[in-house]
Amino acid sequence: MKIAHLAALLLIVSAPVLAQEHVPPAPYAYRQLDNPEQEARAKALMVTLRCVMCQSQSIADSDAPIAGDMRSEVRTRIAAGEDPEHIRQWLIARYGDYVTYAPQVKPITWPLFAAPVVILALAALLLRGRFGRPRQTNDEGSA
Amino acid sequence: MSQADPKPRLRLALWLPLILFAALFALFVHGLTNPADTNVASAFVGNPLPQFDLPPAAADRPGLATRAFQTGKPKLLNVFASWCVPCAAEAPQLAALAQAGVEVDGVAIHDQRADLTRFLAANGNPYAAIGRDDQRAVQLAIGSSGVPETYVIDGHGVIRYQHIGDIRPEDVPKLLARVKDAGKGAGS
Repeated sequence: MKIAHLAALLLIVSAPVLAQEHVPPAPYAYRQLDNPEQEARAKALMVTLRCVMCQSQSIADSDAPIAGDMRSEVRTRIAAGEDPEHIRQWLIARYGDYVTYAPQVKPITWPLFAAPVVILALAALLLRGRFGRPRQTNDEGSA
Repeated sequence: MSQADPKPRLRLALWLPLILFAALFALFVHGLTNPADTNVASAFVGNPLPQFDLPPAAADRPGLATRAFQTGKPKLLNVFASWCVPCAAEAPQLAALAQAGVEVDGVAIHDQRADLTRFLAANGNPYAAIGRDDQRAVQLAIGSSGVPETYVIDGHGVIRYQHIGDIRPEDVPKLLARVKDAGKGAGS
């Protein structure tokens, strides 16, 4: 009884998904570009773009239909000679920074880029305190 | 008395796990009762519609091109599909909006004519035009991340507002107000 209910529910839920498959996928959704160098550039970009449907996957990983269309869009533009960063900016203009996994240099992200410098500076300061002035001090005996 | 008083720190330490537990519990309850908004809003609101010219998706409706939104009259652009369940749920609300005098144009995503015909026969057809977007070219170009989504476009073809998800009955007055605002803004 319960299994029959579950099966019915699954059928209802899966019907729209199946219906979507009636339309053939976009030309480059599941097909690599013929030029390996271009495909490598497309791939490098696609792994850093977020699928807006399955939001913890990149469009290179996701099997969502919209991810396929986004891959096709990216590959078509790469094949036409467009710069990958230009494509990224095109998508950011439409979906916001959320669409890219590669952080952009913006006023709100400055701590991200400043933190390593600050930490290195702090480490240098600490190390100098430890190793930098053994000759200046004459409290070796007291320690 | 003589045992408890000299060690107030120990007593605090004993309470600490419970305090931590209570804090985490409160945090989890808050997280569970207020799920995060996972919608990706379009960052393209305020920009003019990109140039497109989609072929007709239905037999008895024309296709959809950018110039249809440059007539001086604000319109709704509804991104939908026959395979999308919430799209069927919002059909009465779209009909109400069309009834109120707002032109509704559709962009059908990944759809086939036979499926779409069946969908429109079952749920009503409030659309003045329906463009066929098989590869989501228009959907991606306006920053739409799913179906259904409804955009308010002013008379100059500029995107004024995005409604994500199905239009509920309570959303209809809000959308009508947005269309009215877009009409004022376009004002030429």
